[in-house]
Amino acid sequence: MSDVTPGGDQKAVAETVQPPEGASTLEIVEVKRGMFGADGPGDTSGYGGLVTPVAMPAASPRPYGSWFDQVVDVLTEVLTEAGVPPEAAIEKVVVDLHGADSAEAQQAELTIDVAREHLVAVCQALRDDQDLRFELSLGVSGVHFPHDTGRELHAVYHLASITHSRRLRLEVAAPDDDPHIPSTTSVYPSNDWHERETFDFFGIVFDGHPALTRIEMPDDWVGHPQRKDYPLGGIPVEYKGATVPPPDTRRSYS
Amino acid sequence: MSAPTDHRPHAPHATRPAGNEDMASTVRAFEAYGDGDWDDIAREAIGEERIVVNMGPQHPSTHGVLRLMLEIDGETVTEARAGIGYLHTGIEKNMEFRTWTQGTTFCTRMDYVAPLFQEAAYCLAVEKLLGITDDVPERASVIRVLMMELNRIASHLVCLGTGGNEMGATTVMTIGFTAREEILRLFEAVTGLRMNHAYIRPGGVAVDVPEGFTTQARAALTNVRGYLKQLSDLMLANPIFKARLTGVGVLNLSGCMALAMTGPVLRSTGLPYDVRKDNPYCGYETYDFDVPTSKGADCYDRVVLRVEECYQSLKIVEQALERLDRTEGEPVMVADKKIAWPAQLAVGGDGQGNSLEHIKKIMGTSMEALIHHFKLVTEGFRVPVGQAWQTVEHPRGELGVHVVSDGGTRPYRAHFRDPSFNNLQGVSVMCEGGQVADVVVAVASLDPVLGGVDR
Repeated sequence: MSDVTPGGDQKAVAETVQPPEGASTLEIVEVKRGMFGADGPGDTSGYGGLVTPVAMPAASPRPYGSWFDQVVDVLTEVLTEAGVPPEAAIEKVVVDLHGADSAEAQQAELTIDVAREHLVAVCQALRDDQDLRFELSLGVSGVHFPHDTGRELHAVYHLASITHSRRLRLEVAAPDDDPHIPSTTSVYPSNDWHERETFDFFGIVFDGHPALTRIEMPDDWVGHPQRKDYPLGGIPVEYKGATVPPPDTRRSYS
Repeated sequence: MSAPTDHRPHAPHATRPAGNEDMASTVRAFEAYGDGDWDDIAREAIGEERIVVNMGPQHPSTHGVLRLMLEIDGETVTEARAGIGYLHTGIEKNMEFRTWTQGTTFCTRMDYVAPLFQEAAYCLAVEKLLGITDDVPERASVIRVLMMELNRIASHLVCLGTGGNEMGATTVMTIGFTAREEILRLFEAVTGLRMNHAYIRPGGVAVDVPEGFTTQARAALTNVRGYLKQLSDLMLANPIFKARLTGVGVLNLSGCMALAMTGPVLRSTGLPYDVRKDNPYCGYETYDFDVPTSKGADCYDRVVLRVEECYQSLKIVEQALERLDRTEGEPVMVADKKIAWPAQLAVGGDGQGNSLEHIKKIMGTSMEALIHHFKLVTEGFRVPVGQAWQTVEHPRGELGVHVVSDGGTRPYRAHFRDPSFNNLQGVSVMCEGGQVADVVVAVASLDPVLGGVDR
């Protein structure tokens, strides 16, 4: 792993990185230091190594293109009707073009970052409104960004609309010292096991889940294995006279 | 009959109680043996037929290491719960410590009955992040489609075969596995392996199909078609088979949607939802095939659908073989040398390996090529920061892959939404209120593969 200094370092680096045109915020999730992966000319002195900020894609400017604008507009409208302030519920909207020229392309994806306290209301709106109708939830996955201070744990929800042939992603963040996210099982019962899995691997507590227990690891297991601070483990293996070290102690280039 | 001889000192020598009216004395007899907690179990069992049975994780008809906890009232299952996690091997965590290309070697081992689907979904997701989705050569996509459809048939054959075996129809199993063998031979010819292929790579596939492959494949398909005919003759009109499966494990459309069931289970309710049609990838929109559905929503309909899907897959494979003939000699990996795996694979004396000519060239004549090869193999390529989600139509339902990159040479996070993992949530709904014997049938109709469930 590269040597990373957490904390205030992010801010200093963030100032040097300009958000792309039209985007307002830049989410720096990590700052990597090391010798490899130079994007530009880099540090050629050989002393400082490379300092690379890792910034997740920034909020996209309007118009998003394709059906994305319509979905966000309808969602805003439905949330307002339900008495949920949309500007508080929708933190940012990201359109990932994945190399395509326009959002019309098959590979373009829509991500909506949702404030955790409004997650269930957003899911309810996305499932029930006839213009949205994301009736199929394809599960929850967690991501741990240990250096994204105050938003260390992310839960990502993958929704699909069979009616309109659409897919979108919801992203919810929670701080490490208060790892609570409301459970969406009341809207999508299928998220039951997926939330248990995310709890098991990341320690995100889904409030209101009917039986939030470990699902893959044994019940008495200590720790949450998919977190970045949890070691991979392993032992050196001998092969044809040479010793192969465990994967987490091998040299890496990122 | 004489009284049973028992040499234990405190054993009661009286004859056994004659009837139900003397239950209390039975309990006393148990207590007299002093067999610990058996007292409590006996006391609870008497007067109440309800018992809790633990089925698995080593039970042979649970498709691996699925554990079922059944509460039984007589022959009726009143409560069924599935327990998983007995095959958890931390594949997702391990992938975070390997390069993006090495990731395929890991994810192929998840659902080992349908390995090529994990590879394809993972590579499509990585290609999205790299922004090279449109640059993947046509021939690579055709080979991917061909391999996936062959794998779909092989996987359905395992499902039908083992499902039949679990009901006592051994011939169904032998025919199923014989037919699958034909397809595994094709896999071996293309990838060198019968399973755990790691054949589909980000940017294309590892190596082109061998010479004469399309002829070999066409011959194998004729045999597979024959075996499929035998299987459907043996199963679909068989009165015993129908009696065991019809009306069992019913899960209607709203139940399927609430539990996010996909694949044959969802299509057996009449909804023609198939990712290949709904959100096509690898050029599926250019192939001519149907999505079979039925209305029964029970185990029998799922068997019929799987047989139908095999025929549809054969149809796609034939179209793919035609395209393979047409694109003979075209590249099977992206042109970008910063992503394309530099090795030239060729069958060597040891079965498979790097082409000796290629090694001679880079070792002897081109230092830059050697450096490039070394950097790409040891360091790997970098993938831009971001996240991507890709789903494919797996034989068991919708397989989703969520990959997150931090701009490095290794996945920051790779998550697989395995269809079996999700579908096992339906075991409770499908089994409760039915007979104990129907549990096996219902689980077999979901076709769970625990390697994929637990990852």
